[in-house]
Amino acid sequence: MSNDPIHQFHITKWIPIDLGGIDLSFTNSSAFMVATVGVASAFLYLTSSNRGLIPTRLQSISEMAYEFVASTLRESAGNAGMKFFPFVFSLFMFVLVANMLGMFPYFFTVTSQIIVTFALALLVIGTVLAYGFAKHGFKFLGVFIPSGVPAPLLLLVVPIEIISFLSRPISLSVRLFANMLAGHITLKVFAGFVASLSALGALGIGGAVLPLAMTVALTGLEFLVAFLQAYVFTVLTCMYLNDAVHPGGH
Amino acid sequence: MFVSSANAASTTETVAQTDTHGTPEAAVPGATPDAHAAETHTETGVPHQQGVFPPFDSSHFASQILWLAVTFAAFYLFLSRVVLPRIGGIIETRRDRIATDLDQAARMKQDSDDAFAAYEQELADAKKKAGGIAQTARDEAKAKADAEQADISAALEKKLSDAEASIAAIKDKAMKEVGTIAEDTASEIVKKILGGSIDKASISAAVKAVRG
Repeated sequence: MSNDPIHQFHITKWIPIDLGGIDLSFTNSSAFMVATVGVASAFLYLTSSNRGLIPTRLQSISEMAYEFVASTLRESAGNAGMKFFPFVFSLFMFVLVANMLGMFPYFFTVTSQIIVTFALALLVIGTVLAYGFAKHGFKFLGVFIPSGVPAPLLLLVVPIEIISFLSRPISLSVRLFANMLAGHITLKVFAGFVASLSALGALGIGGAVLPLAMTVALTGLEFLVAFLQAYVFTVLTCMYLNDAVHPGGH
Repeated sequence: MFVSSANAASTTETVAQTDTHGTPEAAVPGATPDAHAAETHTETGVPHQQGVFPPFDSSHFASQILWLAVTFAAFYLFLSRVVLPRIGGIIETRRDRIATDLDQAARMKQDSDDAFAAYEQELADAKKKAGGIAQTARDEAKAKADAEQADISAALEKKLSDAEASIAAIKDKAMKEVGTIAEDTASEIVKKILGGSIDKASISAAVKAVRG
């Protein structure tokens, strides 16, 4: 069991809830969603509670996150896109903290569940569609017509654009999910090698140095991936929101 | 809607997975009881196979979505109502403060520049005034010295001309007396040599003739 790299993704029910035949139990995954939200909220709330003109170290971390997301969104979607700032910031912090919490041994990684990342991606695309149609009506369909393309070519380009638009929620969710899943499995496999090799005696312990070094290196890499995937998710969200704000602007 | 369709897909997947490769969970005797419990109970009532890859286990999709919605909505509300206005406010306040400070610094620099310019101006004025005073003093001194020099040279001139006049007078007088002295001396010499006296008229005629 301890060497099973898949075990870490198992969902266990903490509080079983069954509503009309639908299982809505509070699981370890739910608990880590709550933990993610709790940790992120508490950090942002407590570090900014002094409202220091000269920020403390922790306060400047919160401010850096704020400025970072704000500038990313402004660069992608312009000032008109800033109305989505709370949404994008929440997404970024949620994914980042969920990824980072997942780096703790024995912790559950919320973002390694395809349904979670897919729901977040659908939320993004749903926001784009809802806002795009509410704001621009049918002009929003201009998002499928790239400017400067000759009319005959449009017959070819528009279907491609539509397919690319429809594949966005899939690519957005699978990218995050697959990165977190693969990274955690790899980490677990190499860590498992350390344990099984060192059980073989002196020679095994000597040989276990290699996978141990690999595990250490992978841990560093996984921290990078945890941040990078949160960033990529945010940047893509900003670019998709840009379509909602400025359809036909590309 | 989405959940049920995904669910159906997942059951076929389950079969496929158990067929192709023996599951790690089944290979380990006595897998964790909680994993067992989680996987056998589903909303459809169909007992799940052990080999379902957990992230694709659709029996938990409904619960995952519900709790994600609940937690993310709470997170979004908390951030957008409380945290983000606060952090934004902090940054805004700091930006305002920096702008005011910069303005004040610019104003102070302007003030100091003005003061410096005024100081320079005053210094230049003072220099000019000092130069003027020095020039006047020099001019006055020069004028005074010139006047004194003129006085002195005039006085010297006068003394010189007086002296020249008196010398000329004395010379005239002496020249005038030369004749008489010569007459006297001549009459004396004649008296001594000849032992008689000669009338004055002839002597003076002789002297006159000699003197030309």
